[in-house]
Amino acid sequence: MAEWMTRGASRSLPASIDKRPSPEELLRRVQAEERRARRGRLKVFLGYASRVGKSFRMLDEGRRRKERGEDVVVAAIQFPLTPDLEALMATLEYIPVLKETYAGNEYEVLDVAAIFRRHPRVCLVDELAYDNPPGTRNPKRWQDVDNILDQGVSVITAVNLQHIEEQQDAVERITGKRARQTVPERFLRSADEIVLVDAAVDDMMKRASALEPVDLRRRLSELRELALLLAADVIDGQLENYLRSNGVELRWGSQERILVCVTPRSDAGAMLRSGRRNADRFHGNLLVCYVRQTGLGAKDQATMDANLALALELEADVHVLDGADPIGAIIRFAREQKITQIFVGHSAPDRWKELWSRSPVDRLIKAATDIDIRIFPHPQPS
Amino acid sequence: MSGQVETVQADATSAPPKGRLKVFLGYAAGVGKTYQMLDEAQELRRKGVDVVVGYFEPHGRQDTIAKTADLEFIPRQKVEYRGSVFEEMDVDAILLRKPAVCLVDEFAHTNVPGSPRLKRWEDVQVLLQAGIDVFTTLNVQHLESLNDEVWHITGVRVRETVPDWVVDAADEVVLVDLTAEALQNRLHRGVVYTADKAKKAMENFFTEANLTALREMALRHTAHEVEGRLSDLGTPARGMTHAARPAAGPPARHERILICLTERPSTAVLIRRGKRVADYLQADCLAVHVQRNFGRGRPETRSGALEKHLSFARNLHIETHVLKGKDVAGTIVDFAREQNITQIFLGRTGVKALWGGVRSTVHRVVRLARDREITVVAERLR
Repeated sequence: MAEWMTRGASRSLPASIDKRPSPEELLRRVQAEERRARRGRLKVFLGYASRVGKSFRMLDEGRRRKERGEDVVVAAIQFPLTPDLEALMATLEYIPVLKETYAGNEYEVLDVAAIFRRHPRVCLVDELAYDNPPGTRNPKRWQDVDNILDQGVSVITAVNLQHIEEQQDAVERITGKRARQTVPERFLRSADEIVLVDAAVDDMMKRASALEPVDLRRRLSELRELALLLAADVIDGQLENYLRSNGVELRWGSQERILVCVTPRSDAGAMLRSGRRNADRFHGNLLVCYVRQTGLGAKDQATMDANLALALELEADVHVLDGADPIGAIIRFAREQKITQIFVGHSAPDRWKELWSRSPVDRLIKAATDIDIRIFPHPQPS
Repeated sequence: MSGQVETVQADATSAPPKGRLKVFLGYAAGVGKTYQMLDEAQELRRKGVDVVVGYFEPHGRQDTIAKTADLEFIPRQKVEYRGSVFEEMDVDAILLRKPAVCLVDEFAHTNVPGSPRLKRWEDVQVLLQAGIDVFTTLNVQHLESLNDEVWHITGVRVRETVPDWVVDAADEVVLVDLTAEALQNRLHRGVVYTADKAKKAMENFFTEANLTALREMALRHTAHEVEGRLSDLGTPARGMTHAARPAAGPPARHERILICLTERPSTAVLIRRGKRVADYLQADCLAVHVQRNFGRGRPETRSGALEKHLSFARNLHIETHVLKGKDVAGTIVDFAREQNITQIFLGRTGVKALWGGVRSTVHRVVRLARDREITVVAERLR
């Protein structure tokens, strides 16, 4: 068996799975919860371009909280201020950043010591992605924020999509540029709350740029789409955590999950590629499964290997299932994985057989009442 | 033995509207859609743009009411229905006043019987046709294509819906985002509803799980809207670019989806699902119903239920066909070949009786159309 197949197998779920957490897992959860309870809360305003209004949203939230009696300070804000930001700043206390020079470059560093001494309830930090110069507490501003949170101070911060580390490749495809200063996505995902700051592309275009209008519109739209999908993903993770910790079952999420079933008998190329395209168009997930069979002939084994190799190449999540009843195994797996669409090939035409018996496809249609079944043409023998 | 009885092109608006439509999209009451709409209107007013309020729903929210200061209101018209007097937007008065921009709250509202048009979104079309720009507010759960998912997740069947094409045709869709937690805080503070109404709301619709799921939907839908506008620019949408995955092969052929309508109530779910998949794949979408032609006799008469499904499909801009034939499955498959359909959508009609002697339409279509993709749509029951 090829190496990648074992890799696939290791990721598969056993036919039956004990969903109760182990005592170790429970202890880990309790400890994590305690740490969380002591820690300040992190709220992130995510924007898709500069001047989308993140800083305004952040300061405005600070103002409202202060009006409701919370102890709020600003620990970093980008100067010069626009008149509306200036008006908001006038209502808030400011702990100025430290200005440092290193190798001829100017740096603005959070005054973490002063923040610790002052110990407010909420601290507002603009430009989360800033780097600190060598010799300071942490290399990155987000790490300073992490320390502040550990002290039980809540932080409200703002960052643009372009500065999320894992989004760099996608952003570069759109803008041709990579950001020098970045925040890892896991930090964003660790936030208690994330808010997308959206704005119409038309309005953003009025806020000036040297680009051709069509290019600018395309670029802004692509960045905006990325930011929306990133926020949706983060929220999907939060929803799953919430449902898991509250023992709530949700059969369908708002995300499409496509499962392509491959067999050794057929070339599944067209079906796998369609699965990839569909998952991409829906911004959903692609899973591929096959039910392990013994005694495959050399030809069938080769077809199977090729199918699974293609599945991995298409970045599908490949699972190998076991079970005497393949249809049952597929349906069980699909329900566990909250699959919304199952892709299968037509059963091979066999006139005599179909008169007397049900084909596997018929059985799948009959049994999977809660999942869409898409049946693909049988490849023509060439 | 089949024949065309009737073909109706999808309801297409005669001319592209001259006014621009901007939609402020949210995921629940209280996220701040109206507030943001008014905020932008105030900015326009300060710049000297002629803005009026065509319809505003104050809901007793003080912050929002304060935002209407200095804006001109067009008085509502009174409509009498069954002895009570209702107030609706006065479209004629707005047309007479002819402002540059008109604010219209609650896009999905259904007008009281006796009003010139059934739906507020239809009133808005009239304003747009007259060259008036419109700002409006909408929650994601009112989109027709999401009706089943929303019902599944929240248990609420939203009655007031807007066909997706109306929103797709908007010039801008802006997401008004707020975390579920912040919204729940607003409810607690009595900002959104009165105390007892808020308590009831949080126990039912406004649970953290519901709100988070709806919020994710709103983010994903906004991304979908952005992507649609990107392909209007002549840019292949992100999900369609395969540069990053050479294994994905050549771009897909142009897809054409055919939805098979019956009289069954579940046909509405089938139509929504088929149209949603078609929209995401940027595919053509057709619907067909086959009237069974028993021998030489007259074809069965069309029931009210079927008429409702046909007009529902046309409302969603799906081209409908009614055919007659002795053999329903055969007629569907012949029509699909003739029309170069790539994917046939079927409901689970009679699947349960699949092996009870009579072969169901699903079963027969699967047998006959081995050369097409066939999707058997799930029963999305709660």
